[in-house]
Amino acid sequence: MKIHEYQARSLFAQYGIPVADGDIAQTPDEAILIARKTGFPVVIKAQVLVGGRGKAGGVKVVSNEADLVLEFNRIKNLNIKGYSVDRLLIAKAIDIKKEYYLAVTIDNIKGDVVIIASAEGGVEIEETAKTHPDKIIKFYMQGIKTLDETRWAPVVAQLFSDARLQKSATSILEKLLKLFFDKDCSLAEINPFVINGEGNLMAADAKVIFDDNALDSHPELVALRDMKYEDADELEAKGKGLSFVKLEGNVGCIVNGAGLAMGTMDTVNLLGGKPANFLDVGGSSNPEKVLNALKIILRNKDIKVILINIFGGITRCDDIANGILTALKQINIPVPLVIRLTGTNEKEAKVLLTQAGLTTYTSMRQAVNEAVKASKS
Amino acid sequence: MSILIDQNTKVIVQGITGRDGSFHAKQMLDYGTKVVGGVTPGKGGQEVNGIPVFNSVKEAKDKTGCNAAVIYVPAKFAKAAMLEDIANAIPLIICITEGIPVLDMVEVKTALGKSQCRLIGPNCPGLISPGKAKIGIMPGHIHKAGDIGVISRSGTLTYEVVFNLTANDMGQSTCVGLGGDPIIGTRFVDVLKMFQEDPGTRGIVMVGEIGGGDEQLAAEYIRKFVTKPVVSFIAGRTAPAGKRMGHAGAIISSGDSTAEAKMQMLRDAGVTVVDFPDEIPQALAARLK
Repeated sequence: MKIHEYQARSLFAQYGIPVADGDIAQTPDEAILIARKTGFPVVIKAQVLVGGRGKAGGVKVVSNEADLVLEFNRIKNLNIKGYSVDRLLIAKAIDIKKEYYLAVTIDNIKGDVVIIASAEGGVEIEETAKTHPDKIIKFYMQGIKTLDETRWAPVVAQLFSDARLQKSATSILEKLLKLFFDKDCSLAEINPFVINGEGNLMAADAKVIFDDNALDSHPELVALRDMKYEDADELEAKGKGLSFVKLEGNVGCIVNGAGLAMGTMDTVNLLGGKPANFLDVGGSSNPEKVLNALKIILRNKDIKVILINIFGGITRCDDIANGILTALKQINIPVPLVIRLTGTNEKEAKVLLTQAGLTTYTSMRQAVNEAVKASKS
Repeated sequence: MSILIDQNTKVIVQGITGRDGSFHAKQMLDYGTKVVGGVTPGKGGQEVNGIPVFNSVKEAKDKTGCNAAVIYVPAKFAKAAMLEDIANAIPLIICITEGIPVLDMVEVKTALGKSQCRLIGPNCPGLISPGKAKIGIMPGHIHKAGDIGVISRSGTLTYEVVFNLTANDMGQSTCVGLGGDPIIGTRFVDVLKMFQEDPGTRGIVMVGEIGGGDEQLAAEYIRKFVTKPVVSFIAGRTAPAGKRMGHAGAIISSGDSTAEAKMQMLRDAGVTVVDFPDEIPQALAARLK
């Protein structure tokens, strides 16, 4: 789960990582009050959960109230990659002397937490990683949750020659690590991590992403979710144990397992159809899940046909069949259903569906072909 | 021949008293797997489908001499279950559970690194050596004993592939479901090595998907070390673009993880890459000639 910069910097502040004074503003009046408190110049930053806001004109430094109001209104009216701007951060502008990069994340292949640091921070960091990988430092935690200072000392010395800055950077990193582990993050990033006019290190931006699988243990974090970035149907599906992503086409898909769901979408496409959604009913599905899946899919009025592709493993085909039968009794399904079922308890499922007068397929290609045909009639 | 498991593998089921654990313990038993015990703390002394239940892995190991464990416990208990297996030196651990926090898996990986244990999963269907043993949740009847090794990151998509192989009379030596999580115990390269060394495996099917860097590493490995024919299907060519993880994700993964990029890397490594899962048997037959 992603959160906004202003939320991430407030977490930084709680953990003692230095950030510039500032606050979130929704109106120019609020922006002026914040700027009077911090003092000019201030930076106005659009709070959006998509990248590239700087290039879209969503960040601006101003040095008086008139410009603040002008720029505030301009940024508030921006559309950044399809998202309107309704929250703006007003913060004291930092007199940046040098930009570094500092992040904590997980290296999946190594299965370890890794610190990434560079003396060349800023928006071009990914480019630097590609063209000058030698300028990117990767420091592995080796399974421990606190900084091994003996191993870290020579590393921080590569970044800063000044002993005071080495000490300060280490202390900030320790705080960032504590935040990372306390809140089950998948990313805690400071870019740029800067030296200001007074020669001190501070975070000029803040990015934090939480592990969705760990949110159950952090109810306080769930409240930070910006619902604007969540599709209501997708969120509802998630709450019901389904994984759903809406797409542009007209073939509704209900599949068990993410891999088979993707494979089914690919097959629909390659056979000339257009999938309307990705929907994984997950493992261990109960009949209720199928009913919920059908309800969510049917909200999309473009749907011409629903393709149900189930390969039973931990999912039992008869559970799916019962779900389909329950749904047929409870809701109106105005489009044809193309059902492919095979695997665990396949026989029981086919008996149930055949008794109810429904046709089932065993071959995926055959079922997809039928669904694509129906989508074009 | 087969890899990792066979008719002599003795497995215990962690979470055997739960809905999934008891159902699949029975399914494994019916398939012929030597399911020698189950573990549910506090329920020792009971029996599930005639299988004795123990309070701990240690007790189960002492009493049964098991050499594998399969985990069906809920996500919040999965870390403890895996660590208990590692502490008791269970050589092969299969974790079916999905939704485990990533930092829990970092702890498990660290413990694994200091042990001789191998973990398959989590969030995986398990593995099967047809006709000998199945440990996991895959439907046994779609498999057939033979000489094709199957490796996959997906569950149900693997069944789809196996179903097509069997329908074309191409049996399998072993099918391994690696799991769909970011951090998993065993990766493509580990299993590719085992299949390459297994005299009972003649050809290899590798089922990958978008995201992550495993298929790229596999392509590199195949190019250097695998002489047996490999056929691959990569899912997700039409999937919406994945979520970006700040800059760090891009720096750490370094490389293109789209389906098309993976397909190209595999082709460059000499792998036959097909468009549909049901084209695998034909492609494999052509390569095995």
